[in-house]
Amino acid sequence: MIEYVWLVPLVPILGFLFNGLLGKRVPKWLVSLVGCSVIGISFLIVILIFLEYLKLPADAKPVEVVVYNWISSGNFNALAAFLVDPLSLIMMLVVSGVSFIIHIYSVGYMHDDEGYPRYFSFLNLFVFAMLVLVSANNFLLMFVGWEGVGLCSYLLIGFWYEKQSASDAGKKAFVVNRIGDFGFLLGIFLIFWTFNTINFREVFSIAGTNFEVGSLVITAITLLLFVGATGKSAQLPLYVWLPDAMEGPTPVSALIHAATMVTAGVYMVARCSALYVLAPVSLTVVAIVGAATAIMSASIGLAQNDIKRVLAYSTVSQLGYMFLACGVGAFAAGIFHLMTHAFFKALLFLGSGSVIHALSGEQDMRHMGDLKKHLPITYWTFIMATLAIAGIFPFAGFFSKDEILFKSLVDGHILYWMIAAAAAFMTAFYMFRLIFMTFHGESRVKPEVLHHVHESPPVMTLPLIALAVLSTIGGFVGIPIIEGANVFHEFLAPAIAHVHRPEIHYPISFEVFMMVVSVIIALLGINTAYRMYIKRPELPQLVTEKIPLLYDLIYHKYYVDELYAATVVNPIKMGSDFLWKGVDEKVVDGAVNGSAGLVEWLSYHIRKLETGYVQNYALAILIGVFIIAGYYLGR
Amino acid sequence: MNLPILSILIFFPMLGVVLITMLSRENQWVIKWTTLVVAVLEFIFSLPLWFRFDSDTAAMQFVERLSWFPSYGISYHVGIDGISLLLVLLTTFLTPICVMACWKDIQDKVKEFMICLLFLETGMIGVFCALDLFLFYIFWEVMLIPMYLLIGVWGAPARRIYAAVKFFLFTMFGSLLMLVAILVLYFYHHKVTGVYTFDLLKIYGLQIPFQMQFWMFLAFALAFAIKVPMFPFHTWLPDAHTEAPTVGSVMLAAVLLKMGTYGFIRFNMPLFPEAAWYFVPLFSVLAIIGIIYGALVCMMQIDLKRLIAFSSVSHLGFVMLGLFTYNMAGVQGGIIQMINHGLSTGALFLIVGIIYERRHTRLIAEFGGLSTPMPIYAAIFMVVALSSIGLPGLNGFVGEFLILLGAFKINKIYAILGASGVIFAACYMLWMFQRVMFGVVTNEKNRNLPDLTTREIAYLVPLLIFIVWIGIYPNTFLNKTKASTENFIARMERAKAPKVALVDVIKGDIR
Repeated sequence: MIEYVWLVPLVPILGFLFNGLLGKRVPKWLVSLVGCSVIGISFLIVILIFLEYLKLPADAKPVEVVVYNWISSGNFNALAAFLVDPLSLIMMLVVSGVSFIIHIYSVGYMHDDEGYPRYFSFLNLFVFAMLVLVSANNFLLMFVGWEGVGLCSYLLIGFWYEKQSASDAGKKAFVVNRIGDFGFLLGIFLIFWTFNTINFREVFSIAGTNFEVGSLVITAITLLLFVGATGKSAQLPLYVWLPDAMEGPTPVSALIHAATMVTAGVYMVARCSALYVLAPVSLTVVAIVGAATAIMSASIGLAQNDIKRVLAYSTVSQLGYMFLACGVGAFAAGIFHLMTHAFFKALLFLGSGSVIHALSGEQDMRHMGDLKKHLPITYWTFIMATLAIAGIFPFAGFFSKDEILFKSLVDGHILYWMIAAAAAFMTAFYMFRLIFMTFHGESRVKPEVLHHVHESPPVMTLPLIALAVLSTIGGFVGIPIIEGANVFHEFLAPAIAHVHRPEIHYPISFEVFMMVVSVIIALLGINTAYRMYIKRPELPQLVTEKIPLLYDLIYHKYYVDELYAATVVNPIKMGSDFLWKGVDEKVVDGAVNGSAGLVEWLSYHIRKLETGYVQNYALAILIGVFIIAGYYLGR
Repeated sequence: MNLPILSILIFFPMLGVVLITMLSRENQWVIKWTTLVVAVLEFIFSLPLWFRFDSDTAAMQFVERLSWFPSYGISYHVGIDGISLLLVLLTTFLTPICVMACWKDIQDKVKEFMICLLFLETGMIGVFCALDLFLFYIFWEVMLIPMYLLIGVWGAPARRIYAAVKFFLFTMFGSLLMLVAILVLYFYHHKVTGVYTFDLLKIYGLQIPFQMQFWMFLAFALAFAIKVPMFPFHTWLPDAHTEAPTVGSVMLAAVLLKMGTYGFIRFNMPLFPEAAWYFVPLFSVLAIIGIIYGALVCMMQIDLKRLIAFSSVSHLGFVMLGLFTYNMAGVQGGIIQMINHGLSTGALFLIVGIIYERRHTRLIAEFGGLSTPMPIYAAIFMVVALSSIGLPGLNGFVGEFLILLGAFKINKIYAILGASGVIFAACYMLWMFQRVMFGVVTNEKNRNLPDLTTREIAYLVPLLIFIVWIGIYPNTFLNKTKASTENFIARMERAKAPKVALVDVIKGDIR
């Protein structure tokens, strides 16, 4: 089965073609059937490949499958070829599995939308691109998936294209991502001219044998690639597109802007771990950017009122955690968190979608409250996801988050840990703030909406339950401390490089102590939210009045969008306008029209000499004679 | 069977012209169908070029050589290699599409229009096939006339004369210096070998002193740089593109501009290799200015056709950057990008033409929300726009990637600056697309615009096929250009730029 790995991305694209070309002419059930089943088939194939891979002897791993030679020019060759190794398998499983669940959910969520076939065709296209991204065996094919998911993100954010804000958000996402891709592209150039290949395994093996730790060129490559990662995975300074991306349909936010696409940067850094371990400077940059993003966006999340925006900032923050993990060399921990996050964050988004669906499109939490009794399934599954993201034992997020916190302390710096712990506190706080504002307390739902609040149909709640199960038990594949129980790490180990440093073993008691600390931090966050939003609902108002400036800063997201508009967007627009109207029309074309005008002016005046009067010509001849004579005489 | 395929391709459209002149002008329907049949037949006749082309050799193929004015060394000498093969096919491929595209658009003087179109095809194919400098020059000039008429007669009434004259004068101005340079080469060849000839392949063999190469390169380069057009010789292009009828813009963008870039790789560089090396920095920088400047100016345009015209300045900048790298990736990327630009920008002009035909305006502000009344149009437009901004999986990416990869090798700064153009491309294209296609329909006139007709779909789909094909499997096309490119690079590598100061070259102080 492994040699058919190309079917994994190929099958979804068939769904794209079918729904894209014929979707409008076939009945809706067929659109749903094709749209979902292609992803299901893809998922099944991945499972079969996974099982087969487990049985392979060690020397047969990893497997590369070449489909054809895509671009060849001189000694440059880019193959359409796939790499099956633990890392790509985990990614393929997560991507196809979560996608399948979200596709099912979409059948219910998008049911009444006019663009139903278009939606499914784009969603299928996205899964295709994402699967190419995670299974490619070289940098350029990965880049195809990389830009492909960006395109689908653009198309799906702007899905309701008649809304100005939606099409603006889509465009912003694409352009900001392109800025990141610019770095990625330059990274590929540098890789090719350094290693003469773009195949992952060849590059990593040459890098391992021929380059020293701290090599300048490796540092440059890894930093350029990381520029790409900051764009795709919404890190500082390119995170600004993700919150706006919430303009898209909610299942899209769950799939693309939480579970899969935005984690591509983390995947890429982990995939290139062999390069990153040779570049300590880059690792430090990754860690700092990750930590800074984690704390900054968590703080913005404290004050948002739009349910999806809270989740969006939370996603940015959790991605920061994953990069922090990679930055301290704990790549496996980053990927582990990527996986558990895919489960619980997808669930959170789908849950919020269920709430929005029930409230006829309302997204503002100030108009929610007391929905627990109306939406029991949504509520309980939401609780599980929230406990998972807050890092409460034994939910999935506990294991992965605790590992990151621990690694950032022992392999990184106490500062990293403090920042991560502060962000963890904030996460627990804003997530429970969200729970309390949405499901508890007094109902602030608008009366005209209230009377048809209803729990979502099974096609939407079953996916919620499935993800809730994963969010609850998904962490047990990575049990720490107990020898041999961390199957996740063991499986992943061959695909991940390690930072060259002496391994220190910590006493188990220390590890357990740190776990308890992290749970306590989360509980403190929950408790604070409880006291502010349940026990004393007037408290938030008082707090904001106490710190008006700080609150304003956070509420307005530190004015980053405004800052970018003033420093980048507007100067470019004004500069371009000047180039057009000032330089191009006046100077460059002015010179052209000016010389034409000069010729015209000259001919107009020279023409006057041609008077037709013999006397004039005689005079001219006479003057000529005098000049010539004068010249010779005076010489 | 040794049919003179190239001569058939060059003169068959003229046969069509003769046929059409005999038709009654009242019967537009017959004229259109005759032209279409001629153009389609021409395309079919050109297919053997593709199938019988030997990819393993860099030598000229399908060569025909007849003495024309033997006493002056002028011959009718035509042939193609991997570089011109694709351009000839692009021309024969696009002409029938153009005929279909102007079916409804051109109502006035249909007969003359079709004559111009076929006449233009002869000129274009002649330019790409000619291997005799005299013959080349004739085709080069001949082609100007129909294009001049297309703009001046069937253009947008307000400024068509200005645009046509500007187009004509610009090109003439450049080509006159080229004519002088051709004559200098002709006499120099006689001086060295004692033989008068305009034969390009023989002149390739000349060893020309650097001083002379320097000036000759500039003389040829001016003609070609205007045609490309390179910054700062580009200002005729926005006017010509904007005022020309749809089909004129398509031909202009897709084929005529390629004559500039083709001129560089066929004449400038191999004839004057040392000077060509010497000028790498200057032309690379001009190319990069073109890429960025074109893209930035593009962003602010309010007229759709003018926007696409400036995007051409940017895209052709990429081609020039690639050709001047003199390495496989860069040059092959440059050649494939010529084709890509022909397909994508040609398609963009057709697409704009479709709504121009419906609304008789090109102003972006007049549109908005067209996706709702025209969903098929929206989908096709999207694919073409994405191809133009270089999305991987579509054609534009392959060209731009190879070009930048090649440029990175010779100078990292070139690649970095060039790659920034990719970001700006996304800005102007998506912004334009958003303003035209997204949002709600605000202008009542747009509410009930009909979606694409079968005819319109029929001529856009072939373009889409190649846009996807080159994106997914570019090797089909890269393989055809491989041997010729290798040969070109080997030729360039034998020469190196002498290390002399510019002042000394101009003063003539070098040996």
